[in-house]
Amino acid sequence: MMVGMTELSLSTPPAVPVRAPAGREGALSSAMAAPDARGRFGEHGGRYVPESLIPACQEVEAAFRAAWADPEFRRDLDRLLAVHAGRPTPVTPAWRLSAELGVTLLLKREDLAHTGSHKINNVLGQALLAHRMGKTRLIAETGAGQHGVATATAAALLGLRATVFMGSRDIERQALNVFRMKMLGAEVVPVDSGSRTLKDACTEALRHWVGTVSDSYYCVGSVMGPHPYPWMVREFQRVIGDEARAQVAAELTTGTPEYVVACIGGGSNAAGTFAGFVDTPAKLIGVEAEGGAAITSGLPGVLHGFRSYVLQDADGQIGEAHSIAAGLDYPGIGPEHAHLHDLRRATYVTVNDEEVVAAVHRLARTEGIFAALESSHALAWIIRAAGTGELPPGATVLMTLSGRGDKDISALMEIL
Amino acid sequence: MTTVDTLTTPGRLETALRTAGRKLLVPYVTGGLTDNWTDFIAAYEQAGADAVEIGLPFSDPMIDGSVIQQASDVALARGTTVASILADVAKLRPGIPLVAMTYYNLVQRRGLAVFCAALAEAGISGLIVPDAPLEEAGDLAAAAGQHGVELVRLAAPSTPPARLTEIAERSRGFIYAISLMGTTGVRAELAATAGQLAADLKARTDMPVILGLGISTPEHAAEASRYADGVVIASRIMREVLDGATPAEVGAWLATVRTALDA
Repeated sequence: MMVGMTELSLSTPPAVPVRAPAGREGALSSAMAAPDARGRFGEHGGRYVPESLIPACQEVEAAFRAAWADPEFRRDLDRLLAVHAGRPTPVTPAWRLSAELGVTLLLKREDLAHTGSHKINNVLGQALLAHRMGKTRLIAETGAGQHGVATATAAALLGLRATVFMGSRDIERQALNVFRMKMLGAEVVPVDSGSRTLKDACTEALRHWVGTVSDSYYCVGSVMGPHPYPWMVREFQRVIGDEARAQVAAELTTGTPEYVVACIGGGSNAAGTFAGFVDTPAKLIGVEAEGGAAITSGLPGVLHGFRSYVLQDADGQIGEAHSIAAGLDYPGIGPEHAHLHDLRRATYVTVNDEEVVAAVHRLARTEGIFAALESSHALAWIIRAAGTGELPPGATVLMTLSGRGDKDISALMEIL
Repeated sequence: MTTVDTLTTPGRLETALRTAGRKLLVPYVTGGLTDNWTDFIAAYEQAGADAVEIGLPFSDPMIDGSVIQQASDVALARGTTVASILADVAKLRPGIPLVAMTYYNLVQRRGLAVFCAALAEAGISGLIVPDAPLEEAGDLAAAAGQHGVELVRLAAPSTPPARLTEIAERSRGFIYAISLMGTTGVRAELAATAGQLAADLKARTDMPVILGLGISTPEHAAEASRYADGVVIASRIMREVLDGATPAEVGAWLATVRTALDA
């Protein structure tokens, strides 16, 4: 079925299962079930796109449903996740930092996945899907550049072309990732409209897709966009939570952690992490950037094809997010997170840039791990909450460390 | 989801378009683009427009190309709001119907019913919301119907036959036929997809079918009107206005389109 994939399909499966046993998903708490037929998670989600894009969204949905039910597709993806992306990623006990904070902190190391972040999990799934659909080109938006790099990587791997839309402001502050994308053969298109960041890159990618649907597949980078993207991306990212659940069980006598913490821009690493723990008693904590806190400061709205909480003014004009982390500079949040918030199943909090930079330092010096600014939002909250007692002494905490910090070196050099 | 389109008899927009007795010309203006933006509506009417589409600018217009994006940004930077546009419009008494075009977030922020009531109060007959496809527009259609606002549905070259039929049945005022797979903007030629879509729609309904997107010259308009009942012209005009064209200058150009449509 897949050019160049036959050998992979016939090879032995990875030694360590990267996905939960069949049947687990059906047993999951309804808090993170599949969306309804209209792509709704409670009141959120949906498919608010021009008529021109409706058939393309329907085509992606049908292809995903078929692929996800196809053992051959699952085997191909698991194989790529193992031999290309390096899964499973480890869970690392943060020994020294745990002692300093008075909690037991475990880190799910997505920074060790190929290309340096969790983005590769989703992109390998979608690129494989695009290939299966006969598409020859991937379109993507990117903020920090991690999704763009992952898309360029998967495109190269599967022999597809890639075009990545990136705000011109992000191009300036993430030059390293721009270079990486170009090295991998992708075309990087600067977006000069609006705030010149992730929001505008998303809008431009959607516009571009309208004119290129016949040969192009829109590879959305987070749990956002029109149905089926928020659901599909969560399913491709649930490998984080499923792996972590099994790994944490071996580390903790209690079996599951009391707290599960992840940073949120659109919310894909958090959604993938939460999916593995939503049916446990764990408290789920999503950490947004203070300047891009859709749940804390936003109102219900519709942007980029879905209904969720969105930063906006009284008229409904979209607000501009501001964060030191380009990957969290997004005025909305994935619809399933909005739903988990409405259900009070997950809690959404914010940290500021100063706390984040301090957290980068703290982890580097206590554990020898240089985390991305995005991921450091989750750690910044843990450090604060351990200090205030919101995290009680001795609490067991799993944090997803979504990406590595190399891309942030020039940004950090500027402010230090 | 069950939807109730309470508007069952033709409204002012549909009636005006059905009884015009000629090919339809629907020019566009971005609300609040200039101090004198409503003068464009008067100039359009004088040049032979059959209705005017008024854009309520949105910060992130998904189906719009660079010209309408720029016009929207300019209008918003001037402090334009939905309320300021509607207040300007309420002072007018044009002899032709007005249609608002905007994105779903602006509509839902006010509340669907409140928004539609405000349109009606300002004298606006119709509403176009390009990011509210069939599945998402049920509640809006009901709210529009209750307030006598005609919710214009859009159809695209990619729309499959059964969906075209449903769009034709649900649309009020007219059907907006998107001539090409792309965003709004000035184009060198009328898209090859325009004729087929218009013909497919005309085969399903006697509701006026108006082609929009990329119609940039009198020749495009004349060609499009061979397949459809008329044309929307937006980016070509807004390009001129952004470059400083006056209402009289734009009106003079539109009169040449009118002539081409009537030939």
